[in-house]
Amino acid sequence: MLDLVWLAIAFPLIGVLINGLFGRVIRSKLISGIIGCTALGLSFAVAVLTWLDYTYQFWTTRDGPYYEVVLWPWMYIGNLKIDAGLLVDPLSIVMFLFVTGVSFLIHIYSTGYMAHDEGYSRFFTYLNLFVAMMLILVLGNNGAVMFVGWEGVGLCSYLLIGFWYKDMYNANCGMKAFVVNRIGDFGVLLGLFMLFTYFGSLNFTTIFKEAGSVLEPGSWIPLAIALFLFLGATGKSAQFPLHIWLPDAMAGPTPVSALIHAATMVTAGVYMVARLNPIFNASPTAGFVVALVGCFTAFMAATVAMTQNDIKKVLAYSTVSQLGYMFLACGVGAYWVAIFHVVTHAFFKACLFLGSGSVIHGMHEEQDTRYMGALAKFMPWTYFTFLASTIAIAGIIPFAGFFSKDEILWQVAIWQTRFGWAPTMLWIVAALTALMTAFYMGRVTWKTFQGQQRWTPEFVEKHKHPHESGAAMVMPLVVLSALAVVAGFLLFTPPWLGNNTTLKDFLAPSTANAQYVKTHAAAEPGQHQPEHELPAPGAEAASAGHAGEHHAAFISLGNVTATEIAFAAFSVLLALIGLLVSRQIFVNQPKATEAWKKHWAPAYQFSLNKWFFDELYHRVIVVPGTAVAYACWRFFDLRIVDGIVNGTAWIVGVTGHLVRPLQTGFVRNYALYLLLGVVILLIFNLVK
Amino acid sequence: MSDMSVVVSNSLFLSAVLFTIGVLGVMIRRHPVIIFMCIELMLNAANLALVAFNDYHYSKAWPALDGQVYAFMVIAIAAAEVAVGLAIIVALFKRRERVDVDEINLLRG
Repeated sequence: MLDLVWLAIAFPLIGVLINGLFGRVIRSKLISGIIGCTALGLSFAVAVLTWLDYTYQFWTTRDGPYYEVVLWPWMYIGNLKIDAGLLVDPLSIVMFLFVTGVSFLIHIYSTGYMAHDEGYSRFFTYLNLFVAMMLILVLGNNGAVMFVGWEGVGLCSYLLIGFWYKDMYNANCGMKAFVVNRIGDFGVLLGLFMLFTYFGSLNFTTIFKEAGSVLEPGSWIPLAIALFLFLGATGKSAQFPLHIWLPDAMAGPTPVSALIHAATMVTAGVYMVARLNPIFNASPTAGFVVALVGCFTAFMAATVAMTQNDIKKVLAYSTVSQLGYMFLACGVGAYWVAIFHVVTHAFFKACLFLGSGSVIHGMHEEQDTRYMGALAKFMPWTYFTFLASTIAIAGIIPFAGFFSKDEILWQVAIWQTRFGWAPTMLWIVAALTALMTAFYMGRVTWKTFQGQQRWTPEFVEKHKHPHESGAAMVMPLVVLSALAVVAGFLLFTPPWLGNNTTLKDFLAPSTANAQYVKTHAAAEPGQHQPEHELPAPGAEAASAGHAGEHHAAFISLGNVTATEIAFAAFSVLLALIGLLVSRQIFVNQPKATEAWKKHWAPAYQFSLNKWFFDELYHRVIVVPGTAVAYACWRFFDLRIVDGIVNGTAWIVGVTGHLVRPLQTGFVRNYALYLLLGVVILLIFNLVK
Repeated sequence: MSDMSVVVSNSLFLSAVLFTIGVLGVMIRRHPVIIFMCIELMLNAANLALVAFNDYHYSKAWPALDGQVYAFMVIAIAAAEVAVGLAIIVALFKRRERVDVDEINLLRG
């Protein structure tokens, strides 16, 4: 089965071909939808079979965690040898499973949400293409194949943000996303070039094998590679300073926001960092930068989310914030925790977005929470699934978000780094962000579903009251919210709560971090030891890089279990405070907020206007950029380029004018020229 | 100098004279039919030279008639050329009543 893993990419591509080429011929929404969903269903089936096969066959006979499927030789130029190949390992399988699974649910949801749209088959073409590209990204066995997927998902994101392209605003949002992503992509390219320079190969397995010997830990080479790659990750995963495109990406249809801009594509950056963790392990400074950027983004986005009125904008900034958490986990070296959060986040954030889509659908395209309220009565399914996901993202035990977020906070706390102040500071900011997360998610939930009806008079007049969505939309909501409830403790529980290490053990061969293993093993001998312990390929590099830095953790490891329980209790307490305070404010005293808006006007405006990042970039980058472009046009285009073109035409004209008299129109003249030519040739030959 | 080479040199001289007459005729005369006749003269001068050279080279070691064969091909092509040329002249005459090549100068630069 492992050799047939390419089928998972082939099925959506077949869907693309059928819907893309014959969508206008088919003209049946039913058939287009069935084709789109079936392709994804088959893809998900392949993912499950691959996982089972890997776990029960390959796992027992393997001589390493990596299984490579080389499809065909792609580029053989000099010593550059790139195959179109796929890599099956625990990390790619986890991504594979949740990408296809969540995509499948969102495809089903889309059949309901897009039912009245004329671009139905086009929509499914793009969605299928997106999934194919995302699978190329997560399954590629070398940097070049990954980059194909990386660019491909960017393209699909652009196409889908501007799906309703007749509205100029949507088209511009798509362009903004594309351009900002391109800025990150050049970082990825430079990172890949440097990888090739130092490793002579882009194959991940080669890089993992040789990272210890090629990269000198702590030197500038791994630092530069890691920072270039991370620049790409900030673009794709919407981290500061390239986070500005994601909130605008909400111009696309809501299923797209759920699929691409919350659950899957934006996690590509996290995936890449986790995939190339030996590089990041070799440079503690790079890890520190990643953690710092992630933490700052998490905090910044959370402050913005607290004041947004558009239900999708709140969720968008919430996504940016949660992605920040993931990078924080990557930065402190806990890659498996980052992937854990990717998975749980995919479930609850997809559910939240689809829930918001259901609300927008039920409210007939109203997105502003100021004109909602009291929807719980009319949309019970949407309400309860949305509520479950809100509790999950807030981090209340035993919902999925609790386990992943709490583990991130814990990993930050026990982070050992030479930047002594970092763990403390990052932990405090991350905990504060957790409080804000609970608050703004509570705010959006209560404002939408509880409190008073604030529907616009036009809406009441036209539609009387909102309606619950159909089965095709409710079913995915229920599945996703169920996953948002149970995914946490099924995949991982901390040592003091059952010590379920399923996901951690599974991911260990791909992401095991020497530092983490050492810390926990030292702290709780025999208890937290993973059963399938495999040293990470970059482990030597990592441990060498961290040698002599075992003094700066935030907490001492004296009584770990008690401390861990205290930390968990504290984060649950923060989440509860956030949810309850927001309930008190937005359900019981909605009037109070008006006074606070006036009282805290500068802070409120700062948050409402998203820290003025768009305005800042406009002043600092867009305006000077436009000026440079204008100057180039005036000077280079008009003078030099046009000068060369016009000059060529002028030379041809002048030459023509000079030789014009030769063309007399008298045949005898032409005969004379002929004769002269012959005579000259004769003389020339005779003389020679 | 043998008899053979005298014959050849005389033939070549005649050929050169005929060719020169043809060239001068093409350049001086203005009536297209005359010009065509002059062109024929040049072609036949070339044919004469071909036949003369073949005679000169003819031997037991090289018993071929390539020159003569070539001359026939030239005659055949000349016939085809005349057919096209005369058709053009007729068409021109129908259109203009006069066929003076100096008046046909639409492509003057």
